[in-house]
Amino acid sequence: MNPLVLLAIDATLVLYVLAMGVALLRVTRGPTAQDRVLALDYLYVVGMLVMLVLAIRHDSSMYFEGALLMVLFGFVGTMAMAKFLLRGEVIE
Amino acid sequence: MTLSAAEIAIVVLLLTSGVFVLLAAAGLVRLRDFFTRMHAPALASSFASWMVTLASIVHFSSRGEGLALHTWLTIIVLSITAPVSTVVLSRAALFRRRQAGDELPPPLGQAVAIEQDRSGRTH
Repeated sequence: MNPLVLLAIDATLVLYVLAMGVALLRVTRGPTAQDRVLALDYLYVVGMLVMLVLAIRHDSSMYFEGALLMVLFGFVGTMAMAKFLLRGEVIE
Repeated sequence: MTLSAAEIAIVVLLLTSGVFVLLAAAGLVRLRDFFTRMHAPALASSFASWMVTLASIVHFSSRGEGLALHTWLTIIVLSITAPVSTVVLSRAALFRRRQAGDELPPPLGQAVAIEQDRSGRTH
């Protein structure tokens, strides 16, 4: 692969990691529980994007399944936590 | 060192998505209220993920093995799940803020009843 493309991919990954670090601030600080859940959901989405960019970088479509699983687990986790905040139990 | 058209497209799409993800994180930290803060991550789950998906489609299609659209599946799943989790989370936040006794708009049914009551009195 062209070294310039590799450089751009690495720069994108650095931007993602920076964004995740900033979002972690909201997870640790976040005044209420729903702020933390929102930031965790965001972290899942960025993790999915990292997987897709790694798939381009390593030229392998194996990462794609990981990204898909990450989306699904992020959704299930967020729904479970939001339901818990709403009612105090996950499954009624 | 020259870049092909596909490589230029990949570079531009990826860097733009990185900038948008960072913007979303900044919004998540800088905005003041939870309900305004909920808007920021949508930037990552719609715009940035569309760009990365397009970049990966361009990359895997430019290898000479035909069109590779399987990455599209992530964006379909994400665009189904993201609104659902946002709505449930905002309902949870509304419920918790009402329980805490914050000043919030009334539930929709109650608001309509108040509005009808008010207009009935004036006419």
